[in-house]
Amino acid sequence: MAYALQQLINGVSLGMIYGLIAIGYTMVYGIIGMINFAHGDIFMIGAFLSLIGLLLVTSGGMLDGAAAIVLVLALSMAFTALYGWTVERVAYRPLRGSFRLAPLISAIGMSIVLQNYVQVSQGARVKPIEPVVHGGFTLMQDGTFAVQLSTMQILIVVTTLLVLAVFTWLVTRTPLGRAMRACEQDRRMASLLGIDTDRTISITFVIGAALAAVAGTMYLLRYGVIDFYIGFLVGVKAFTAAVLGGIGNLPGAVLGGLLIGLIETFWSAYFSIQYKDVAAFSILILTLIFMPTGLLGRTEVEKV
Amino acid sequence: MSAPLLEIRDVSTFYGAVEALKGVSLTVAPGEIVTLIGANGAGKSTLLMTICGDPRARAGRVIFDGQDITEQPTHRIVRGGIAQSPEGRRVFPRMSVHENLLMGAQSSGINPAPGLEQVFTLFPRLKEREAQRAGTLSGGEQQMLAIARALMAQPRLLLLDEPSLGLAPLVSRQIFQAIRRLNAETGLTVLLVEQNANQALRLAHRGYVLVTGRITLSGTGRELLARPEVRDAYLGGH
Ligand SMILES: Nc1ncnc2c1ncn2[C@@H]1O[C@H](COP(=O)(O)OP(=O)(O)OP(=O)(O)O)[C@@H](O)[C@H]1O
Ligand SMILES: [Mg+2]
Repeated sequence: MAYALQQLINGVSLGMIYGLIAIGYTMVYGIIGMINFAHGDIFMIGAFLSLIGLLLVTSGGMLDGAAAIVLVLALSMAFTALYGWTVERVAYRPLRGSFRLAPLISAIGMSIVLQNYVQVSQGARVKPIEPVVHGGFTLMQDGTFAVQLSTMQILIVVTTLLVLAVFTWLVTRTPLGRAMRACEQDRRMASLLGIDTDRTISITFVIGAALAAVAGTMYLLRYGVIDFYIGFLVGVKAFTAAVLGGIGNLPGAVLGGLLIGLIETFWSAYFSIQYKDVAAFSILILTLIFMPTGLLGRTEVEKV
Repeated sequence: MSAPLLEIRDVSTFYGAVEALKGVSLTVAPGEIVTLIGANGAGKSTLLMTICGDPRARAGRVIFDGQDITEQPTHRIVRGGIAQSPEGRRVFPRMSVHENLLMGAQSSGINPAPGLEQVFTLFPRLKEREAQRAGTLSGGEQQMLAIARALMAQPRLLLLDEPSLGLAPLVSRQIFQAIRRLNAETGLTVLLVEQNANQALRLAHRGYVLVTGRITLSGTGRELLARPEVRDAYLGGH
């Protein structure tokens, strides 16, 4: 019981990270109908920028604790957003209106470029950091097993919920969000109404990258080690989350992220930690076969 | 005659190798209602879309309010004061009626409140359905929404592609009346594409007949109504 509760806590905090990245996949799919395979690497870039930011901010002993984390997060979001914007501008926009597979191939190329770029500029070795966020609570003591809720896990959950709240407000309540949804539903009509659709698509990439940067920062702080390759595995899991939730559906991405995080955690805890990645891939395949529209995929009837 | 608000000069538009418009010229003066009639596939919708730069004219010029807009991006063209209720309605299905209307006013940056009041007076049905998802509206209601959304931008030139399509005769009459009233009261300029040539020619000051990408006839609404070739081809022998 206590053990299960602990897995639940771990699974949710991991799932939040997947959810944040999954939003980027699902948003881009919704608006231009492509799978942005470089998005996992944007997350990786976000983690590296956080690492660099953290070293800069803490090295001089200028700041520590909460202020440092907020500053690092903001820096990482800003610069990762710039990467997201550039990727779209350089690799996808010139191919708009080209054949359907072209941007997909370009995305795979972009993914390789980003990985190699980080590998060359930052080195291939694993980068560890000193734990930044310490402490936590013991929720429950069951014999020798103590259920721990770390400050870091609280931080992940609270930050993610805050970011999601702002993001939801942006998409559902603001003119920008409305323009994004309009482009998703009928891009040609959106431009007939005066929406600059190229700009709206750029902003979508910027927002997706900023969310991935939040995930990257949280990942770095929680696990303490990153390398240039983390984007691939985490990216595939987040993509699975997006598909499981129903690709194109924003709440679905978060739900899918939570489920993948929970499944992976419970799988590792009760079956086999070596095969934890297999769990995620199996879910991807099973979803694609049996439920291609995902959990929250569209079912409502529409007149066309 | 005053300078035209819209002038289309020798415009040709292609879909791939297919020439849908073959050197079309027409003008619309400020405050005019001009109608474009023609059979299915004549190129009427293509012409309205070409004005908005999507698809773009391959030859010829589109001049709006003295400015050459032929090469401008679509969103710039419409921000200049052109609104279109396009063929197929194209309401945003997963947005509410209210949000669809806000989209109409969004890029012009004008306060949507007076526009909302205006279109709700015109189409009280939309007021009742304000919170409903547009994708679940009936066909006729979607048509009303598409027209209302175009009006929300307070355009100087309104392009209407078959606004009476799918509407009950009573509602269709209401829409024609509404166009006439907007034109008389606010001086709104309208370029109207219609299958219902009889009603359209009665409403319009002038009209053009489009046959497979070419203008073959033009004149005042009354003149065209009297032409035997128009009666035979488009008025179903009424
Ligand atoms: N996207 C497209 N690709 C290729 N051909 C097209 C496309 N759109 C229209 N056409 C062709 O261009 C011609 C003109 O089409 P258009 O839609 O402008 O006709 P229309 O006069 O509006 O007809 P209707 O009264 O049926 O709406 C037609 O022959 C049509 O098949
Ligand atoms: Mg048409």
